Amino acid sequence: MAAEDLPSEFDVVILGTGLAESVAAAAFSRVGQRVLHVDRRSYYAANWASFTFNGLLNWIQQYHVNELQDWSSLLEDGEEVIYLSNPDTASIKNLQVFCFTSEEDEKEEEASSSTPTNAAEDHNINADEEAVKESSETESAGNTVTNLLVAIDCIISEHSILYNPCNSPENVPDTARVSKTGSYFYLRLMYSRGSLVDLLIKSNVSRYAEFKNVTRILTYRQGKVEQVPCSRADVFASRQLSVVEKRKLMRFLTSCMEETEEQMAYHGRPYSEFLRDQQLGDNLEHFILHSIAMVTEHTLTEEGLASTRNFLQCLGRYGNTPFLFPVYGLGEIPQCFCRMCAVFGGIYCLRHSVSCLLVDKDTNRCKAVIDSRGQRISCSHFVVEEGYVGPERKRVATPPRFISRAVLITDSSVLSSNSDQQVSLVTIPPIAAGCAAVRMVELSSSTMTCMPGTYLVHLTCQSSGSAYEDLSPLVSRIFCTPDSPDQGNTQNCPSVLWCLYFNITDGSGLETEGHDLPSNVYMCSGPDGGLSHENAIKQAEAIFSKILPDEDFCPPAPNPEDIIYDGDATASAEGEDKEGEDKEGEKENQDKLEEAVLTEETVQTATATSTLPSG
Amino acid sequence: MHGRVKVKSTAQQEEEKRKEREKKLKLYITARDACFSKRKEGVLDDDALQLTQQLLSSNPDFATLWNYRREILMHMETVKNEDEMQKVYEAELSFLESCLKMNPKSYGSWHHRCWVSTRLPRPDWARELSLCDRCLSLDDRNFHCWDYRRMVVKMSGVPVDQELAFTDRLIGSNFSNYSSWHYRSTLLPLLHPESPDPPSPSGEPPRSSPPPSPQSHSHRVCEEQLLKEYELVRNAFFTDPNDQSAWFYYRWLLGRAEREEIISCVFVSREEERVAVAFSRPVNAQTVGLLLVLDGQLQRVEWRSVHPRFKHSPVWICDLPPGTISDIVNEHNLTVHWTEKHTHRDCALYTGRCESWCRDSATDQELFRSELSVEKTSVLQSELDSCNQLQELEPLNKWCLLTVILLMRALDPLGYEKETLAHFQTLKEVDPMRSAYYSDLCSKFMIENTILKMEYAEVRVFSIADKNLTTLCHLDQLLLVTHISLSSNQLEQLPPQFAMLQCLEVLEADNNKIEKLEGVYQLPKLEEVLLRNNKISTLADLQPLASCPKLKHLDLRGNPVTQTDNIEAELAELLPSVTHLLL
Repeated sequence: MAAEDLPSEFDVVILGTGLAESVAAAAFSRVGQRVLHVDRRSYYAANWASFTFNGLLNWIQQYHVNELQDWSSLLEDGEEVIYLSNPDTASIKNLQVFCFTSEEDEKEEEASSSTPTNAAEDHNINADEEAVKESSETESAGNTVTNLLVAIDCIISEHSILYNPCNSPENVPDTARVSKTGSYFYLRLMYSRGSLVDLLIKSNVSRYAEFKNVTRILTYRQGKVEQVPCSRADVFASRQLSVVEKRKLMRFLTSCMEETEEQMAYHGRPYSEFLRDQQLGDNLEHFILHSIAMVTEHTLTEEGLASTRNFLQCLGRYGNTPFLFPVYGLGEIPQCFCRMCAVFGGIYCLRHSVSCLLVDKDTNRCKAVIDSRGQRISCSHFVVEEGYVGPERKRVATPPRFISRAVLITDSSVLSSNSDQQVSLVTIPPIAAGCAAVRMVELSSSTMTCMPGTYLVHLTCQSSGSAYEDLSPLVSRIFCTPDSPDQGNTQNCPSVLWCLYFNITDGSGLETEGHDLPSNVYMCSGPDGGLSHENAIKQAEAIFSKILPDEDFCPPAPNPEDIIYDGDATASAEGEDKEGEDKEGEKENQDKLEEAVLTEETVQTATATSTLPSG
Repeated sequence: MHGRVKVKSTAQQEEEKRKEREKKLKLYITARDACFSKRKEGVLDDDALQLTQQLLSSNPDFATLWNYRREILMHMETVKNEDEMQKVYEAELSFLESCLKMNPKSYGSWHHRCWVSTRLPRPDWARELSLCDRCLSLDDRNFHCWDYRRMVVKMSGVPVDQELAFTDRLIGSNFSNYSSWHYRSTLLPLLHPESPDPPSPSGEPPRSSPPPSPQSHSHRVCEEQLLKEYELVRNAFFTDPNDQSAWFYYRWLLGRAEREEIISCVFVSREEERVAVAFSRPVNAQTVGLLLVLDGQLQRVEWRSVHPRFKHSPVWICDLPPGTISDIVNEHNLTVHWTEKHTHRDCALYTGRCESWCRDSATDQELFRSELSVEKTSVLQSELDSCNQLQELEPLNKWCLLTVILLMRALDPLGYEKETLAHFQTLKEVDPMRSAYYSDLCSKFMIENTILKMEYAEVRVFSIADKNLTTLCHLDQLLLVTHISLSSNQLEQLPPQFAMLQCLEVLEADNNKIEKLEGVYQLPKLEEVLLRNNKISTLADLQPLASCPKLKHLDLRGNPVTQTDNIEAELAELLPSVTHLLL
């Protein structure tokens, strides 16, 4: 419907397809609101996205800065204009790519080793273009080398040829094996309990997605990667714990599910002190503090206990670890909500933006928006992704924070086990005072994110410098890179074939309201550094109940056979503007419907077999 | 609101569902009646097969229909060739899968699957095995599936070591599943049998040989493997000491060796011309081929158990023909043969002796120590140490306490008596629901200890006063006791087994809660019975005493029965031999 005009009136116009915006879109559409959901990008899920290689190419091509146009001719009396900006310019910086593999010569090594020097601060848009350049360089360096691309939160590559580890040149993969597999890069995990999972189940959106359990939790300690025994089965099977430690750990985990007076006595004091006084021993203290509670030495006891409890409550719901991993990446989840919105009549336009808002001066309400094609569309409410709003209009208590990210492709797992299809979460305590704790996720090919025989590794921490400064010392310790300090000792370490560093804005701490914006304009933030998605869901729900205080938030979608089709009700059964790419996704989703994984029934069976100590 | 999706109301949905259900019920009943009438007419055709399939797919627990189906299939076997039957049975298997999806615990479906699998001309056991694995991964405690799997394993000859690895895997994923532990306990003795005293001639573990029959096998596991198992199970009960599966398995590992089947005692009394024989386990002497040879002559005797209530008993008695041994100047040699077990025991009655016996004492048999049959004391000691360690961490864990008690008894029942009693006290407090069980178990152990002490002292007096006994046991070990003192305990009865005390002369049981005396029955030497302050309330309860011919002294003070009208006269009539009666 490229040339057709959109309807000129909506109840809610939503700009940006991140998680919070998509959930809000689904919620509005589900209760009969007319929703227009647009994103200037060519893909769904904004900074939460996972891309295919082609999707990524499109994204780069589209990356032209829109010139501001004067839409004042469309203004009515008493209206003023708020221009919106480009969402991606401020959210990414310090992007650096390294490729350590070569089949024929050392060209890429040279090329990549030169990159750190030209990586200046505040690269903004250019950073992305640089990434492309880097990749094309590696491509041209030899016709057998990969084409690998890089994007924002999640990274995609389609290997025409598999990486060939430098230390084993005989290991050339047969081309049949690597032919058409798309690789999806993804970082975030989900806790198996919490508002996102509850919402997925409650709203029946779960039928559009598929999940896997993270299979193990690891930690990095005294220069070694170890498995963290967290479930009952893990503790039973652990070879590193003595039987007495096993008992102490299990007893601690059971006892901290309930609030006791003993715990109260430690309120306001560090959790690490509380743990020390439990006389658990160094091993267990480390596991609990860094890998189970995932807090720092200075976190207070109440906070530490709360995260320990959250971990334990999630444990055993769907498997032996508390984490779920959406197959194909978290980028699927916002899309699932968009689909729900479309099913209930929401209209979708990608590559379509809102240039400016028209605000009634008297009431300070946004009456209409002007889209990127110059159409005036009136609306009662406007929801916008934070990135589209210029910094001058945001009211933020603290200066924007950044998250340091690294994405690696490696040739083996950081901890080999009897299965090569582990999905591991590795918690790494600060390697030196003043450093941040790093969270690492290692994905195997079973997650559909990388080629068989390779592993995809994401590292995340709060930024103190650039991503490279924050993370590369750790990478060179755990993995074998040309920078690794002691080549002799890294023989058994996985080799890094390729890696990327970048910084991304931390979406936490941003309120939906209270900014210098019209009263019916609501702002949603991007992903934050944590593992939970509470923030995004809370934002969507807050916006929804502000606008429609009496309506149910995402009630269960009815079964198709219960829907009454008469007259014009049928017209709204599907969304109208579906991109080609999305049509495919549609079909895929339809198939998945059959084997919806997160239905209430599975939840019940899962709880029945829950391995949590029941106290 | 416009644009909102219209959804059927709950009432509408209910109504539709109700109609749907009614329709289904009608169809079901029609089909069922059709089925029944076909079966009555003896019709065994494809149509009937179809009809039963329809019904069973909605209700797989209809046993009659499965039977009918089997009749039809067996009929088909007579008219179709093997390939055709293979197809029919394969279709049957896939139909069964859909039934199992309906109800994974349907008795009928699993039974039928067993039946079909064994009749299938070319069974695909690998597929069946993977079906079981899938089913167990959904519910690892589905005992139907476990049973079926055992059948599949047996039929397809899966190697024992593979099966052991299978239990490893299941226990690893959930150690609270006793099915896996139990299965392990059946596999280990096959894979790692206890090395027999003379090493087996082949010198190799009998891995591929057919599993020995349970009867011929010792059920014991070689020590090396045993140590590994201890470690495994220790991990489980330290991880979760409240999980009973691991404890039960541990108990099996430490378990009692089966007692040797022997005649443990032969007793002969010249005066009563009577022989009493005790066995290591209860037997029915009338059927096990018990022969009595006196001075080289086979005697035709009538064996009877000590109490008419028992068909099986560890003690049997017989009367010799009058006059055979009554002359005190004669010496007699007696042999009792237990022909079924190819064992016998001799007993000599010397000149001038009124009675004689030959026996293995409880001490000789290590009867109470070997409750846990691990011979190596050091192993037991280290197990006790680790349980004590856990007990320190979990002082109120009942499983741990009980295991500590058992280990202590296995090591040194008398030496640990004090600790054992203290642990029993704790057990009763932490697990009040089972306090009666603990009291009985404690009584048993106290009786065992008293038997040991009695044997060390080489006396025939059994004194266990004031020990809080709630029950009596091991009475077969008291065959030779002449004086028993049970005063000041919590006993409520003298059970029929009490009649095994064939030599008893004096019974002291003051200050108990005794209501019934069934076991004071036909005790030929009993002269004195002291029952002060008990709860005997009717004359009928004293009836068994009438069968004891030598009873002279009876103390019934403090019993309700003494309030009965005319009690003295009634008692004189009931027990004419009693000369000293205290009421």
